[in-house]
Amino acid sequence: MTPLAIQKPRKPAMNFLKTRELGIVLALAALILYTTISNPRFLSGQSIRDNLLNTAILAVMATGQAVVVITRNIDLSVGSVLGFSAFTVATMMSDHQGLPMIVAIVVGLAVGAVAGLLNGVLVRYGKVPALVVTLGTLYMYRGIVYQWAGGSQVNADELPAHFLNFANDNFLGIPWLVLIALTVVGGATLVMRNYRVGRELYAMGSSPQAAELAGIRVARNLLGTFVLSGALAGLAGVLFAARFGTVDASAGTGYELNVVAAVVVGGVAVFGGSGTVWGAGLGALLLTVISSALAVLEINQFWQQAIVGALIILAICADRLVAVRIARSLRKRDAHV
Amino acid sequence: MSETSSGVSGRPDLKRFATWDTAIIVLTVLVLVVASVVVDNFGTSRNFTFMVLDLMPILLIALPMTFIIVTGEIDLSVASTLGLTSSLMGWFWNHNLSIEMIIPLCILIGAVAGVLNGFLITGLGLPSLAVTIGTLALYRGLALVVLGDSAVADFPFNYTGWVTGTLGDGSIPNVLIPIIALAVVFGIVLHATPIGRSLYAIGANAQAAHFSGIRVARTKFWLYVVSGAVCGLVGVLWTLRYSSARADNGAGLELAVVAAVLLGGVSIFGGKGSLPGVIAGVVLLTALQNALRLEDVSGQALNIVTGALLVLSVLLPNIVTTVRGNWQRRRLRQSAAR
Amino acid sequence: MFRHRLAVTVSAASILTLAVAGCGGTTKESTDNSTAGAQAPASANPNAALKEGLKIAYLPKQLNNPYSDVETSGGEEAVKELKGEYKKVGPNDASASSQVSYINTLIQQQQDVIVIAANDPNAVCPSLNQARAAKIKVVTFDSDASKDCRDIFINQATTEGIGQSLAKMALEQAGANGGDIAVLSATPNATNQNSWIAVMKTELAKPEYSKLKLVKIAYGNDDDQKSFQEAQGLMQSYPNLKVIVAPTTVGIAAAARYIGSSSYKGKVAVTGLGLPNQMRQYVKDGTVKKFSLWNPADIGYLAAYAGASLSSGQITGAEGDKFKAGKLGDYTVGKDGEVVLGPPTEFTAANIDQFNF
Repeated sequence: MTPLAIQKPRKPAMNFLKTRELGIVLALAALILYTTISNPRFLSGQSIRDNLLNTAILAVMATGQAVVVITRNIDLSVGSVLGFSAFTVATMMSDHQGLPMIVAIVVGLAVGAVAGLLNGVLVRYGKVPALVVTLGTLYMYRGIVYQWAGGSQVNADELPAHFLNFANDNFLGIPWLVLIALTVVGGATLVMRNYRVGRELYAMGSSPQAAELAGIRVARNLLGTFVLSGALAGLAGVLFAARFGTVDASAGTGYELNVVAAVVVGGVAVFGGSGTVWGAGLGALLLTVISSALAVLEINQFWQQAIVGALIILAICADRLVAVRIARSLRKRDAHV
Repeated sequence: MSETSSGVSGRPDLKRFATWDTAIIVLTVLVLVVASVVVDNFGTSRNFTFMVLDLMPILLIALPMTFIIVTGEIDLSVASTLGLTSSLMGWFWNHNLSIEMIIPLCILIGAVAGVLNGFLITGLGLPSLAVTIGTLALYRGLALVVLGDSAVADFPFNYTGWVTGTLGDGSIPNVLIPIIALAVVFGIVLHATPIGRSLYAIGANAQAAHFSGIRVARTKFWLYVVSGAVCGLVGVLWTLRYSSARADNGAGLELAVVAAVLLGGVSIFGGKGSLPGVIAGVVLLTALQNALRLEDVSGQALNIVTGALLVLSVLLPNIVTTVRGNWQRRRLRQSAAR
Repeated sequence: MFRHRLAVTVSAASILTLAVAGCGGTTKESTDNSTAGAQAPASANPNAALKEGLKIAYLPKQLNNPYSDVETSGGEEAVKELKGEYKKVGPNDASASSQVSYINTLIQQQQDVIVIAANDPNAVCPSLNQARAAKIKVVTFDSDASKDCRDIFINQATTEGIGQSLAKMALEQAGANGGDIAVLSATPNATNQNSWIAVMKTELAKPEYSKLKLVKIAYGNDDDQKSFQEAQGLMQSYPNLKVIVAPTTVGIAAAARYIGSSSYKGKVAVTGLGLPNQMRQYVKDGTVKKFSLWNPADIGYLAAYAGASLSSGQITGAEGDKFKAGKLGDYTVGKDGEVVLGPPTEFTAANIDQFNF
């Protein structure tokens, strides 16, 4: 289906994309409607705000992960990179109370980018599979943070007020965190859809060998992809520190599975070459809304994880169904020509 | 035994994995010897029992995981299957089922969890990575639904005591018996039977394997069932060892198992690897952790070592091949110039 | 054909299972689980001198928890006074099984005393009994292990005292008309939180508390982020909520941070058990009016003296045994080997600056 998306990005591909993301939007709408009917406070300003704030961090990470997965790779180290960046930035801000927010963000991005670069170099030049590299760096980055932090913790009262307020402050009525997430998801979606480099990444995911033979600068693109994923995990670390205020070495442990889940639910195929970044963003939103809806509906919180699991399986089954149907229609069309 | 695996497909690059197998086994023996000499209290029989108990879950799950990864697939739901069976074990016990019935029932339930994985992967043709991430969440979620956050602890002492106990004079832990028995069975199947050879064939090239008469889907399906059953068994052993059935038992263990298997020289792309290497990988990680803890080094130092070893296990052979290739090319060029 | 065989295998296995079950066996009801303590009761010698050079190891629930850091800092001070060797080890996550490997290591290192806050009262038991069989004294603090597998439990305050104080603070802060209250606890099987909540419930049943209605017990798992989100969920589900009572330092800090930064500030009160340093900011900005706690450093301190007295043979952990605990004075071992530290302190804007822990 992806070669199709590249050659004729018009009708069939757009339809397919529409149906896939439309599915998530519909599921989301149904969930919100049902929850709101049983408890109208679910749509109150504060509740919407909380949901969006909770989604922001996951969506930022899912953006980077989606791009990586589209190139037929995976980045399991994002949770550890988040922890690394959150602890670095929190320590820095508590030591230098006067530093402006933008410095924190830049440092977070830089820490993440360096971690991502190491992943990329090992994958591309060490020829080590991405799953192995990032599983290894998942342990390494987390181990380094633990060594460094040694069980210490940065508390909310040690952090400067402007840093903590960032998580709650609004710009034109929209919280900064949400604006950042929207910018990241929107920007990446645009680049992936309309720019040359974006289409090259899809091509790499569809067929790595063909992409290389077609003269795509695979090395540069691949490094860029991992740097992006790392940098966004680093950014998520800054947002995490600002939102939760209390940071220890275990920040973000196990996030990698949530992020991959968001990406998969959002319709990005694990074999690369298909799916969209904004679909992954929607996946992140859906997972977050489910967990808060369960709390509001007073469904036993223990069901949450089981539902998420069932949803992931449902999502990949749906993808498979669509893929099979498209392949069949393609075959038919080829036969007519 | 590494000869067996290299003999299977006879591909030249298999040799370098055979070397990694040997390297990891040598490294493991080295660590054991050095630790016994340098670290106080490391080489005692009690410490041996502790180490065997610590490595039991990872080693047992690593056996079927090796098979699955050799065929080019993966199973990330193992730790959640363990948690689910542990939870159910507590639930059954609370509902007054006899422990003699609960144990086979738990293994059966583990196998059923594997059936679902196998069906989704081979029946519907879905990617195993995505499926088992889904069932990772699903099974852990069901474990929570079954037992919530409560714990069941009053298992009979003759069972919990057996798991933590030792044979006769006290130097051989009881659980070593099932560990060795299963390791031997899995080792023979993988390295000395047509089934084992077909696994390598599937991993090397599933299509070719299919056309040479191997029932690829069916084989993979049963691997997941076996993996589930072993996880069920480990769920039981885990519960008895800690005399505590809880939904969060074994959380996060899947990454440790995959790391140990890859560290043991199994290729994530399938088709390569040997069981002795994997076992050495598990023993190496456990022994290092134990020795470092006895030396009061934080467990986190081990995370760095684990991660680095994991990357190096693939990176080093690659570098060696590249360097050797360059060297050969240069020699060729030189002889051509001459 | 393939499906067929699967069905046959599965049913064969189930039949086998049922057949085994039919033979009867060990069930919960048939089991009498009285695992006796590992040590034969020795007689105490109240006049024995405290030994020097004792190796006393602290094993908190997890390492990166500011509350246990304060507790163990008190232990470190006491061990120094006792001229012993202090050590602190522990896992990074508070899961039930993670402490066991550390206990095993401490056994191998032949420590004299293990001071442990149990993550799960039963999961640590077999290992602790192995330790006691190896002549290591086991003192629990903060969260008790099953009483069969430790010598002494240092109780921060009586369960009744804390439960009553929680109920009283909730009543004071709910306002004149009362209303809904909710509890934000640690994990659902955290031993002491559950017993405090039980006492609190009995208190709430009394007529003077009729204005209060306990609507929900939420669990934040002593995880900052989870607690934060649980506080958020409570506000969404219960519009009439007046007070959140969090009997855990992680929970109260997270709840205060959420309420303080939301539109509920000033309308919903947060109270419970918290650390003055973590709560200072919220007490000063008015989010929190009053909370309470014992001095955690004293717990670690008392545990060291209890462990040293056990190891020196002064006491055996039997009811009525008496020992001296340095600057804290004299203590008597109560029923089931419990030693109670003393009453909790209440913190308000007026006195919070006098405390630094």
